[in-house]
Amino acid sequence: MDLDIVALSRLQFAMTALYHFLFVPLTIGLSILLAIMETVYVMTGRPIWRQMTKFWGTLFGINFAIGVATGLVMEFQFGMNWSYYSHYVGDVFGAPLAIEGLMAFFLEATFVGLFFFGWDRLSRVGHLVATWAVALGSNFSALWILIANGWMQNPVGSRFNPQTMRMEVTSFFDVLFNPVAQAKFVHTVSAGYVTASVFVLGVSAWYLLQQRHAGIAKRSMTVAASFGLASALSVVVLGDESGYLSTEHQKMKLAAIEAMWHTEPAPAAFTAFGFPDQAARETHFAVHVPWVMGLIGTRSLTTEIPGITELVALAEKRIAQGQRAYQALQQLRALPPGTAPPPALQQAFDENAPQLGYALLLRRYVDDPLQATPAQVAQAAWDTVPPVLPLFWSFRIMVGLGMFFIALMAVFFVLSARRRLDRHRWLLKLAVFAIPLPWVAAELGWIVAELGRQPWIIEGLLPTAAAVSDLGAMTVLLTLVGFTALYTVLLVIEMGLMLKAIRQGPQPDLSPEVPLQHPVALNPPAQGASS
Amino acid sequence: MTLHTLLDYETLRVAWWLLLGVLLIAFAITDGFDLGTGALLHLVARTDTERRIVINSIGPVWEGNQVWLILGGGAIFAAWPPLYAVSFSGFYLAMFAILFALILRPVGIKYRGKRDGLAWRRNWDIALCIGGAVPAVIFGVAVGNVLQGVPFVLDADLRIRYEGTFLGLLNPYALLCGALSLAMVAMHGASWLVLKTGGEVARRARSWGQAAAGAVIVLYAVGGVALWGAVDGYRITSTVNPGGPSNPLFKTAVRAPQAWFDNLAAHPALWGVPLLGFIGAAAAFAALRAGRGLAALAAGALSIAGIIGSVGAAMFPMILPSSRDPRSSLTVWDASSSHLTLFIMLVTALVFVPLIVAYTSWVYHVMRGKVDAESIAKPGGHAY
Repeated sequence: MDLDIVALSRLQFAMTALYHFLFVPLTIGLSILLAIMETVYVMTGRPIWRQMTKFWGTLFGINFAIGVATGLVMEFQFGMNWSYYSHYVGDVFGAPLAIEGLMAFFLEATFVGLFFFGWDRLSRVGHLVATWAVALGSNFSALWILIANGWMQNPVGSRFNPQTMRMEVTSFFDVLFNPVAQAKFVHTVSAGYVTASVFVLGVSAWYLLQQRHAGIAKRSMTVAASFGLASALSVVVLGDESGYLSTEHQKMKLAAIEAMWHTEPAPAAFTAFGFPDQAARETHFAVHVPWVMGLIGTRSLTTEIPGITELVALAEKRIAQGQRAYQALQQLRALPPGTAPPPALQQAFDENAPQLGYALLLRRYVDDPLQATPAQVAQAAWDTVPPVLPLFWSFRIMVGLGMFFIALMAVFFVLSARRRLDRHRWLLKLAVFAIPLPWVAAELGWIVAELGRQPWIIEGLLPTAAAVSDLGAMTVLLTLVGFTALYTVLLVIEMGLMLKAIRQGPQPDLSPEVPLQHPVALNPPAQGASS
Repeated sequence: MTLHTLLDYETLRVAWWLLLGVLLIAFAITDGFDLGTGALLHLVARTDTERRIVINSIGPVWEGNQVWLILGGGAIFAAWPPLYAVSFSGFYLAMFAILFALILRPVGIKYRGKRDGLAWRRNWDIALCIGGAVPAVIFGVAVGNVLQGVPFVLDADLRIRYEGTFLGLLNPYALLCGALSLAMVAMHGASWLVLKTGGEVARRARSWGQAAAGAVIVLYAVGGVALWGAVDGYRITSTVNPGGPSNPLFKTAVRAPQAWFDNLAAHPALWGVPLLGFIGAAAAFAALRAGRGLAALAAGALSIAGIIGSVGAAMFPMILPSSRDPRSSLTVWDASSSHLTLFIMLVTALVFVPLIVAYTSWVYHVMRGKVDAESIAKPGGHAY
């Protein structure tokens, strides 16, 4: 790969986003687990639950610091590396990001300080409120970010304005209640809950194997297994909802994930195994399971799912429409300012405007989309196929892991209910080795979602290649290397501190504890240490 | 849906211009003292305990404070998309340096105390100092460049072509603004430390704070004189349609000496804004001299509001002038989001900003009182 600004910008975004998402799921899930543990503490008054909350809170804090630090980069790099994108869709896309700050991140970041520093300064209920505020804040954050991301996948509630040369909101309600965004939100936070549950389960299993901290470990495992089982089921069900919605909104993504080169008679078969070959447009060594794909994708036995070749033919038609929109747009803009456009011209634009982005796909081959040869149009239509092989396998590994998490959580849920958590050493070992797997699944999930959207940065509206900033390739290479170096060092440090804290284990809780007579008695408002 | 037409486009644009100022000032005031304590770390704290006192004084609140910056980024994206696109891509390497430095901060604050080694803590101290000083300087440098105009051109599709270089950003006037910005956060950080700490740390903070407040007064005065004598301003030359579509190319503009003083000439009452910058800094100086941290913090906040506000008052309606092609300049009337988006965002901001101020105040109230060697040595706590 030579130094291509689009490729470098994509690489930088992928690197920083995937890295950021190493920390996000644990924040989302662990914040809820902390709130649950502390709720048990406040309701039962048993100090061990407070000690647990503090211990997992320490690990939460180590993780949270980098999550926040790398989140900053996410907020700014749309403008830095994707300035035409920022101009083109800022009217729609910027709002959820700003609301995320207003509604969610402020809540999370303000109360996280009280979570760590407020144990001796707040009543029990007061501190619990702070912990829940952190949990709510981090989950609301995910909601707004996924509303923004959902719009990139399914750009509803907006229209192109020829005067300002950008997309503008027509219905904020549609952007908010975008079905793709809602399904993605629940899928993603559930994945976060599973990540945290597997993490808590695995670390606790390690303590049981070491025969340390059994009291805290077993209680933690009970919480993690119950919460994790519900979440793991939710991830798969909502992931299925995402798949169903893809059939409606992102047909090409679905066809690529399934390596469906041609439309098959309904209900389509599911390809369980194979090696998709993009150049040959076929899948080698394919193993098919009849009917399954049709059922998942359409929830019917008679609806067809279009294949890649057929979708490419559709894209070719849309490119022609896009060219008409592009031509009408040029004529509209050539009018002297203030003149009303001729109705026929306005109509030609309005009819074809939704496919305007398809004309921009031709920019890769020719400066003026109207001058493209039929061969270039055909080539651009085939460009709408995302890389099939990585999608095919990322998806299958992710789904496989999702099924594994359900089984893992179910087993530990049963063991916990029967008070046999420490009976089977091999299961405990399995839980320890499972710790990294949710991260693998989450990162693969993002690869499916974002690689599957290519060549679009906003599905059907703006090609990724048209969205980059006018920067020198060397400049972006420099920051890519800079971020990679910094992130690598931080990851090593973070892992070191995590392992150190885990090895140390829960610390004796030395803060003043009022002896309890009644389970729900409240601490008197604590005097500030020095106020 | 026509609810949003209750407020006309022009009013919404002015409201969002004011809110942009409010967000930047809120960031500079709240996270300003966090950045300032980082920048002053080595000067006011020599021993490990002293440094921990400084870090723990901002420990419970800096995270919330920093969200003003994140919110500022999001709000600029939502309300002024072309500003977000032009400034962040134009100042690309400067933004990278800011992010690099700001990434070091959360990590440094959280991780420094997790190991005992001397080298470990010393390295994080350096990281915290960079994380405080570098963003402060670069934010100032950025404002200095905005005042001089930024070399960008918009083509007919509103694609941005930036024709400057990173080194071009580091011109004398911009560096002066960078120094002013650093002095501002140092003054403010010192006031915070006088309020929140005692003993040697507070004593050193008092003297460094006075020096910084003095520097603010001198640098701001020099900056103002240079703005009159050496830096050209920009003004719109075509008729303005304040409710027109957001396309900067629909207007014309020129670069002209002393154009940044047009508003002050037309509305002499606006001189009160820069005056606030001076008086606030002088009052902060006096309060620091008297050892009154809270008064110094309040006075410093007024000074910061006056200094940032004066940039806005001078430039209105310009937001980001283009030195290469003044017609491309972004103004309040042609660089905003659509009418509907501005309305929705305004309603959201009016609901949530008061809430944020309320619960943030509560957190400050809970965490009130001084931080000292005893309070950070307490067992079981999560002090850094």
